[in-house]
Amino acid sequence: MFGRFSSAARTLTRASTSRVFVPPPQVVVGAKFFSSTPPPVDTITVTVDGSPVEIPKGSTVLHACETAGVEIPRFCYHQRLSIAGNCRMCLVEVEKAPKPVASCAMPAMPNMNIKTTTPLVKKAREGVMEFLLANHPLDCPICDQGGECDLQDQAMVFGSDRGRFVETKRGVEDKELGPLVKTVMTRCIHCTRCVRFAKEVAGVEDLGTTGRGRDTEIGTYVSKLFRSEMSGNVIDLCPVGALTSKPYAFTARSWELKKTESVDVSDALGSNILVDTKGTEVMRITPRLNEEINEEWISDKARFQYDGLKRQRIDVPMAKAAGGLAAVSWEEAFEKIAEAVSKASKDEIKGIAGKLADAESIVAMKDLLNRLGSGNHMCEGFPTLGADIRSSYLMNSSIVGVEDADAILLVGTNPRVEAPVLNARLRRACLSTGATVANVGSPLNLTFPVEELGMGAATLKELDAQSHPFFKTMKEAANPMIVVGAGLVGREDGLALLQTLHSLAEKTGVVGEGWNGFNMLHDSAGRVAGLDLGFLPSESAKKAAAKVVFLLNSDDFDEADVPADAFVVYVGSHGDKGATRADVILPGAAYTEKSSTYVNTEGRPQRTKAAVAPIGQARDDWTIVRALSEVLGASLPYDDLNAVRARLAEVAPHMERTTEVEPSTWLNGSTYAHIPAGTTSDAPFTSSVANFYMTDAVSRASVTMAKCTSTKLT
Amino acid sequence: MAIRRSMFHCAQLIRKSALASSSVPQTASTALKVQSAAVPIFQQRRWYADILNQHRDTPTNNSALAFEFTEKNMPKVNEIISHYPSNYKQSAVIPLLDLAQQQGNGHLTVQAMNKVAEMLEIAPMRVYEVATFYTMFNRTPVGKYHVMVCGTTPCMIRGSREIEAALAAHWGIKKGQTTPDGMFTLGEMECMGCCVNAPQITIADYTKGADGYTYNYYEDLTPESAIKIVDQLKKGETPKVGSQIRETCEPVGGLTTLLEPPPGPYCRDLSQA
Ligand code: SF4
Ligand code: FES
Ligand code: FES
Repeated sequence: MFGRFSSAARTLTRASTSRVFVPPPQVVVGAKFFSSTPPPVDTITVTVDGSPVEIPKGSTVLHACETAGVEIPRFCYHQRLSIAGNCRMCLVEVEKAPKPVASCAMPAMPNMNIKTTTPLVKKAREGVMEFLLANHPLDCPICDQGGECDLQDQAMVFGSDRGRFVETKRGVEDKELGPLVKTVMTRCIHCTRCVRFAKEVAGVEDLGTTGRGRDTEIGTYVSKLFRSEMSGNVIDLCPVGALTSKPYAFTARSWELKKTESVDVSDALGSNILVDTKGTEVMRITPRLNEEINEEWISDKARFQYDGLKRQRIDVPMAKAAGGLAAVSWEEAFEKIAEAVSKASKDEIKGIAGKLADAESIVAMKDLLNRLGSGNHMCEGFPTLGADIRSSYLMNSSIVGVEDADAILLVGTNPRVEAPVLNARLRRACLSTGATVANVGSPLNLTFPVEELGMGAATLKELDAQSHPFFKTMKEAANPMIVVGAGLVGREDGLALLQTLHSLAEKTGVVGEGWNGFNMLHDSAGRVAGLDLGFLPSESAKKAAAKVVFLLNSDDFDEADVPADAFVVYVGSHGDKGATRADVILPGAAYTEKSSTYVNTEGRPQRTKAAVAPIGQARDDWTIVRALSEVLGASLPYDDLNAVRARLAEVAPHMERTTEVEPSTWLNGSTYAHIPAGTTSDAPFTSSVANFYMTDAVSRASVTMAKCTSTKLT
Repeated sequence: MAIRRSMFHCAQLIRKSALASSSVPQTASTALKVQSAAVPIFQQRRWYADILNQHRDTPTNNSALAFEFTEKNMPKVNEIISHYPSNYKQSAVIPLLDLAQQQGNGHLTVQAMNKVAEMLEIAPMRVYEVATFYTMFNRTPVGKYHVMVCGTTPCMIRGSREIEAALAAHWGIKKGQTTPDGMFTLGEMECMGCCVNAPQITIADYTKGADGYTYNYYEDLTPESAIKIVDQLKKGETPKVGSQIRETCEPVGGLTTLLEPPPGPYCRDLSQA
């Protein structure tokens, strides 16, 4: 987003110089109506710098200018926040208006004649800039925003090389907002973007504007940390260097960074990110626009866990020796594994895929196990889920679709910690379209009103028996939705509960014509790919006692799945629980070091890109499995990434169509028909995520996340 | 250049004195240091913010404490809230803060702000924003009588600076400070709309709680009459409110114009039209 902002400012520079060569007037049609059909009737025509442009009724003057391709400088306006109209940088001239108007806040009227290139506009903007710079410190050389600062960029266009303000600049106290956001409040220009973000998107109304006039400050008034799981986004929003990243402070300049487009794996949403690297190091992570997933936000974990990529890393193969683990060569490691495998038979060889396992390595592992005659493979944390029908384990409404729901039932999930960006969408659905949100499970604080229906299975049964009042609410809703959390699916009685939920879904019309509101919210990036690829135990394997266990990035496995006498091989990037248990450790690449496929909770395959090389002797996980297969005498038939991806597409064709969501069919009532009704326990439903900041091997290795954990309000 | 510079200097001094005239009480450390006119601008000393817009916990003013409106004030609270539609409850924030300030003897504490936020179902931050924006909310304690001298041009021309100086000398305190006996705080307020009787002072009386609270103007003052008024208050007497030398705002020496009835033409008789 930084990139987008400053590039906006750069095009602005370009636009303002090239505007001399204005093309002959022509009707520019807004992108929204770019089609062969005639524009809908509710559009109006205005003139921007002499060119007529058609815009939807009710748009602002700023939107009209943008549609006409004219960049308007701005600080306070942000398309995802409410309009504040307080910076005045966006002034334009409107014919017959007595003075320049703030284009971001002014509705466009039919036949308005808008001018953006007149001397009046230039003077107005220069005046605003002079005022903004009056109290702004001249500390660009020591400011982390330098190089990607809206004020810096726009001052290049509208700023003077000297000011008429000869008095001393004001001093403002810096605020302590916690371990993530660093403040230098003298730089603040009071655009209130951060305040509006906190209030409107994050739903944590802790930031505000205190005082007035020259004494205005942005802060929390009483000393208080900014407690939001999305707090890092104010860093991107702040147009100046008032709010910057604390962990990134003074580590790099923006122009030294190489940007790699990638995908976040800290939760199951697959938020799009930019990995900024300098040399061989990941310097920071910022969001990348994807309207269908994360818009332009990411959670604090996605943004700040990157220091975990440098700690606790496994960089050489290791094997258990007298007195602990010792570094060995790949050959030695493979030999040890081959020896153990040779002593085990078929189903006694087991694979467990963890939270961060990518599709390529899962398919390679599955093929290897199958070639060894074993059907014993499983995803950690899902003891009972079946994967025969995709719609039974996906977020069927899609992430965007969440906003269309009007009655939402949360079951055993806490979206605020499992997927904060999704929670922001739920919040929007609740507050702007008035959706009713109810919860079955431990009480939630989601930043919007949630009706607490009950703690567990009893309430679900009541709902299913139509004796609970919320049944009526769902039944009457146009687009009812159920969100099932990983916490519920991970329970012993998960299957029985899912049966009840499917039956409830059927009765309330959660799945209907053009709408499927049965949503599963997974808690990890690797899960859906595992289910898509059928990484689940065969019937015979369920009974087998494993002698050799391959832990594929698996650090949160259930102890019962790894027998005490089993020979354990850990393939992964971090020295976490899995590596501690392992007899042989094979160093894998982290998500910023490999190009691999992850499928998000909607079933959308996306690919990460290698931003840096794997550290030490670490390799892409699937290549490790491939190399191992040779030693085990079960060579896998693919030698490069394309070949393994072709194999992926063979097993799960949608994996090839990355970034797209494959619609999946819903089997009315028959998904669980063949399974006998099970018994349920009375234990309350809880989220699978106890601490938002530490959920997988990477975030557990991160110092920043540890600091957040220790300041966390619990 | 020299002329230009001195012009700036003047502007600066005016600005500084305007800043010094905040109505919110200042502690000695945050009080503005006004420099002497002889210091050239390039050697000026640092400016300090005159108002602290961040909260500092004190034993009597912190979020851990509880605040409740008294039983006596509760009907007033309900009355105030009833003025607004229930979905615009937050509109009651200013009157409620005012009431809380009266109940708190002129001091609006952070716990009182929290209580108001709770009653109006808004985030405490939204209340802090209001309370810090309006200088009539005293976020630091004041004396029993909060004496505010008008600092705006008409009163200034008519001698408000002298009145301020006289009061300060009388009590031996500076602007923004409270007398050691806790009776008076000397403050400043900008134009209060009675310039016709300039100069004037306003005195907020917190001695009798929210019920007996008064906010009176004393007008047409001289340094002597101002001192007389505050001394009367100290003795528990009731000084004359309003102008000290005339009835309302009629000319002091009697009418000088419009002495006879207006000569017409008068309004048309519409029934004849
Ligand atoms: S801190 Fe940044 S985002 Fe917040 S008001 Fe100041 S300039 Fe705007
Ligand atoms: S962008 Fe329009 S006033 Fe700030
Ligand atoms: S100037 Fe003092 S009341 Fe107006």
